[in-house]
Amino acid sequence: MSASEEVWVLGINMTKFGKHPDLDAVDLASNAAIAALADGGVTMADIGVVASGNLLGNGAASGQNILKQIGQTGVPIYNVSNACATGATALRTVVMAIRAGETDMGLAIGVEKLSGVGLLGPGGQGNADAPWEAKGRYGAVGGIDGRLGTQAMPGVFAQVGMEYLHTYGQTDVSVFARISEKNHSHSTLNPLAAYNKAMTYDQIVNDVMISYPNTRPMCSANCDGAAAAVLVSGSKLKTMSLEQRRRAVKISASVLTSDPYQEACQVLPDVNTLTRNAAKIAYEKSGIGPQDLDLVELHDCFATAELVHYDNLMLCAEGDAVAFFESGAPWRDGSTPVNVSGGLQSKGHPISATGIANVWEICHHLRGEAGARQIEGAKVGLAHVIGLGSACGVHVLEKSSV
Amino acid sequence: MTNTTAATQVPFVGYLHLNAGDPYLVAHECRACHARFFDRRNLCANCSGAEFDEVRVATHGTLRSFSIVAFAGPGVEVPFVAALVDCEGTTVRGNLINCDPTPDAVHLGMAVRLATYSLGSDKNGVEAINYGFEPDVSKETR
Repeated sequence: MSASEEVWVLGINMTKFGKHPDLDAVDLASNAAIAALADGGVTMADIGVVASGNLLGNGAASGQNILKQIGQTGVPIYNVSNACATGATALRTVVMAIRAGETDMGLAIGVEKLSGVGLLGPGGQGNADAPWEAKGRYGAVGGIDGRLGTQAMPGVFAQVGMEYLHTYGQTDVSVFARISEKNHSHSTLNPLAAYNKAMTYDQIVNDVMISYPNTRPMCSANCDGAAAAVLVSGSKLKTMSLEQRRRAVKISASVLTSDPYQEACQVLPDVNTLTRNAAKIAYEKSGIGPQDLDLVELHDCFATAELVHYDNLMLCAEGDAVAFFESGAPWRDGSTPVNVSGGLQSKGHPISATGIANVWEICHHLRGEAGARQIEGAKVGLAHVIGLGSACGVHVLEKSSV
Repeated sequence: MTNTTAATQVPFVGYLHLNAGDPYLVAHECRACHARFFDRRNLCANCSGAEFDEVRVATHGTLRSFSIVAFAGPGVEVPFVAALVDCEGTTVRGNLINCDPTPDAVHLGMAVRLATYSLGSDKNGVEAINYGFEPDVSKETR
């Protein structure tokens, strides 16, 4: 964080993740935004900038359309799109606006309607009767999915996890299902999660196979949801009430990276280097190290992804992610609880909401308001998302000392 | 291969050279930094270099990663093995073929080699030939 201005979370909210057949994306986003404003004790009249993210609504859930329901104040709106890092990008856009001195308060929103969408990625091979004619950057004469490996997310991320095992000489794939067992177990304490059901290892590995080693419960749950956050400058916060200052959460680092060139990164997306880069910057800027973290929400879009991010976020020594998991560290009673919300596998993954919802989860614990799943005495947390293509957002958050 | 069949066959991707039955893959290699790419390039992603050479990629390698895809979009035959193959330092994606798509038959680090197969002919009688990787039995230690 630049020395010039601190940025804090003043109010934040996430909707229940799950099926919301009676609410459209604008309703969900509005509900989250209204609740975040109320949580911060402010109104739309106080907001000087809005950043909003929604990927699948084709513009129907733009920031403008959300403000048409909650307050058309004429402020600048940035509609942002950064794959699964869209929510974190909205948050970071507001952070930058405040830090640049453009305004002292802003609203970040992420929303998605994803129930029943199914497999994300390519839409299959298209017209089977089309002639073999070279098209596109590879000069392919037909659809490449299933012919040059897989384009679909479960298989792409399966390869990410399997590559990690190969790189570090590990052979036991059971670690992935056991990671999933942890997150499903954690979700039983989260009333806002899409699924709250504990699953045994056997239930997980014997469920429907999607893309080995990922079975269905090891994949992020498609669902509807929204999250929103009101951010405020440090100097403005000083003028606010004791209660607002007590509940405010400091953003000690807000980092966004893209994937730098690495051998093979255009063959299989490299989700590792940009995460490690973002984590390094975040730890440097915040002066907080991985050993200081009381809890972490990381992007477990698939069980195979969670493993590699233990390493990328430096929660363990390089190459030691399996041993880190085996030690029990990322369970909620472990030394570095990871995804106590249930993670994307169980809480759910309404894409654009995720990068704000994971910040909400951390704030909930830092404020001491997480009820049955409260990590006792939590003072520092980290929220991480990856959008394939790739974008990585990392936010380090600290409890107020007021 | 006769001229008649050669005229009605096309490689599935531009970087596959059928080479009259002795197929190989080619990469665009940046003249400045030697980064390799399989797609049409504007500049080098690593160093922004503008000059490329066409180079042959090794036709054998080791399995760097894989997934056995059991669920896919419409028209995609499952199960299949999506593979990432390290061909002497150049990583290539493709399907693992001529191998059971089961965890017992596929192992990280296994030796594989380039192979081709037909994707069938279109209504004009043009046959598409794709590449994959198959277990390299000559490298098996047992």
